Amino acid sequence: MNRFHDLGGQHGYGFIELEPNEPVFHERWEGRVFGISLSVSGGEGINLDATRYRGERLDPISYFQNGYYGRWLAALELKLEEEGLLAHGELDQRLDGKLKPASSGPALPLPQQGSLLRGLHVIREVNESPAYVQGQAILTRNHQPAGHTRLPAYARLRRGVITRVHPAMVFPDTNAHGKGENPQYVYTVEFVGEELWGDSAEPETFVELDLFESYLIAA
Amino acid sequence: MAAIHEHGTPGIELRVEALESLLIEKGLVNPTAVDAVIKYFERDVGPLNGATAVARSWLDSDYKARLCEDASSAFAELGITVRDNIIALENTTKEHNVVVCTLCSCYPWSVLGLPPTWYKAPAYRSRVVREPRKVLGEMGLKLPESVTIRVWDSSAEIRYMVVPQRPDGTGTMTEAELQALVTRDSMIGVAQATAPDAK
Repeated sequence: MNRFHDLGGQHGYGFIELEPNEPVFHERWEGRVFGISLSVSGGEGINLDATRYRGERLDPISYFQNGYYGRWLAALELKLEEEGLLAHGELDQRLDGKLKPASSGPALPLPQQGSLLRGLHVIREVNESPAYVQGQAILTRNHQPAGHTRLPAYARLRRGVITRVHPAMVFPDTNAHGKGENPQYVYTVEFVGEELWGDSAEPETFVELDLFESYLIAA
Repeated sequence: MAAIHEHGTPGIELRVEALESLLIEKGLVNPTAVDAVIKYFERDVGPLNGATAVARSWLDSDYKARLCEDASSAFAELGITVRDNIIALENTTKEHNVVVCTLCSCYPWSVLGLPPTWYKAPAYRSRVVREPRKVLGEMGLKLPESVTIRVWDSSAEIRYMVVPQRPDGTGTMTEAELQALVTRDSMIGVAQATAPDAK
């Protein structure tokens, strides 16, 4: 979707702020949001593409105001509402004291230690061979879906060269919307700076993107 | 940027507490499980995984080749299980690699732990693809135009880790001493590994 999360090449966000030896979580709430997000049960389980798409649909205040974990919190609340686990306004009512605590729910089992870094098993076997080969020149399509995609706006209609062919992987553009995995080959494509940024590009710089087959056409 | 509080506006702590309470009551969250996730990412996974592989690759060029060819297997050799699809990128005097995720904040958690705040913030995500030499210079790494810079935007599920160059003056160091020079930032590509006399 054409929206502000697609930050590559945007101007105006200022300087990078470094903090030496920063803690993993700066505030207690950040760790709690993170831990809840990774361990919450019920609903439709964890679909990383759908999760990213939720992050892309946040209002600008929720997206920017509370940093990275603020985005996680807002996306978590959205997931809980969309999956019917939390009523709209229920959390605000609790905060306003209008909703009394219920008695504790059933004790839930702890997740297996090894599952905490499940990793993503997104590689799939497909019958077809890759459409493109290493070294091939391609042009990215003018792909602008209203929904989720992993083709950044800055890389649309740009010429690049394939530097690596990867296995087929779950396709985010459909998987985020519950429309199936539809695995496609992924290609690392190299773009020279001038191709992306025009006259303002720094010399001797390149951007490498990992792009799904349907984002590309032969150049 | 006055309206952005990278670590939360007042009231957010209470909101998260209330949310967690609600979810516990509904039987959707076990707070002990939440504690376990937090502990794991604070304590059990971090840049030492990546640094271990980098230090070994500095001492053993065959290992470095294996690391750059098949990072999962190379990490497994060291007893480190890597669940992401990791690709290791070697930096040289002529070629410098740096990693970003412009669309969200994808990062190689299993070899570097959780990312620093700046990596996930709009300034880095927007600027490093467009003007990497300037951004790296601002972050303390000045690279002349004779060094080609490649910015890897992690747009699919492949995760990238940079193998920084071995600093000069480290010829007699032990593997453990070398590991201590490999910083998280050098494995993202925004810094070189620490020089020995800088310590």
